Amino acid sequence: MAYSVKVLDHYENPRNVGSFGKEDEGVATGMVGAPACGDVMKLQIKVGKGGVIEDAKFKTYGCGSAIASSSLVTEWVKGKTVDQALDIKNTQIAEELALPPVKIHCSILAEDAIKAAVADYKKKHVDQAAG
Amino acid sequence: MDFNTDHFSLFELPARFRLDAPLLDGRYLEMQSRVHPDRFTGAGDAERRLSLQWATRVNEAYQTLKKPLSRARYLLHLADHDVGSENNVLMPNDFLVEQMEWREAVAEARTAGEHHELEHLHHRLQHDIGKRYEELAALLDDAHDLEQAADRVRRLMFIEKLLVELDEAMIACEE
Repeated sequence: MAYSVKVLDHYENPRNVGSFGKEDEGVATGMVGAPACGDVMKLQIKVGKGGVIEDAKFKTYGCGSAIASSSLVTEWVKGKTVDQALDIKNTQIAEELALPPVKIHCSILAEDAIKAAVADYKKKHVDQAAG
Repeated sequence: MDFNTDHFSLFELPARFRLDAPLLDGRYLEMQSRVHPDRFTGAGDAERRLSLQWATRVNEAYQTLKKPLSRARYLLHLADHDVGSENNVLMPNDFLVEQMEWREAVAEARTAGEHHELEHLHHRLQHDIGKRYEELAALLDDAHDLEQAADRVRRLMFIEKLLVELDEAMIACEE
């Protein structure tokens, strides 16, 4: 199958690959996986004052579309608040990368990774406020 | 022969996960030789078309039953139990963390060209897969716990993918 130019760009030059230190402050992790293709995706966000996402990193083991979707998402979430990040929809990711129908699940995985990371951030945040 | 029968009945085998593999192979070869299009070269159009349809049908059934993961998925499908593989991304976090660690280990060993380490990982994974299929067999054939079986099937879908990646890494290291 032919990948779009944008998928190839993200696949060959993935942005923000890696992990933050476990002890880094404000770091939240979203871990998701799709049984259909066996892909695993980890998205980490580093959240600063006012709930603004200052940095993001990802690690994805999967096809080119899954890698491109998560790479793109790390760029998109930066500068957004955690709540604004939740507005990113898989359809926007799929459109930006021109994903074919069989690869739409990769964009869904990336959207779910954002949700999971934000949920992890809010969980920790509530815990801190309560503690 | 009946076109609408399920794959197990087609080979006259019990619809179970634990399978007599040599028996399946034997029945498959027997049926394949009976319906093979080569045997119908002198026959009429309709008969030849039918033999081709049968050969395809027998082949598909054999491929589905031969591999344990597709056999388990097929059994769940027969029981109208959805594996939910298409949209079920909410796998347990500890399982995903473990999967991530496995894949990191494979990627690192591959980059470093450590064939010995890849072999070690392969050995560990094969052992792990063997145990998982034993557990799945007990859930499907003994406990008839389809809910749990579907969960184990979803996990195995990741693990079979990991095995493919590991095999590819070993081939890449040999080159």
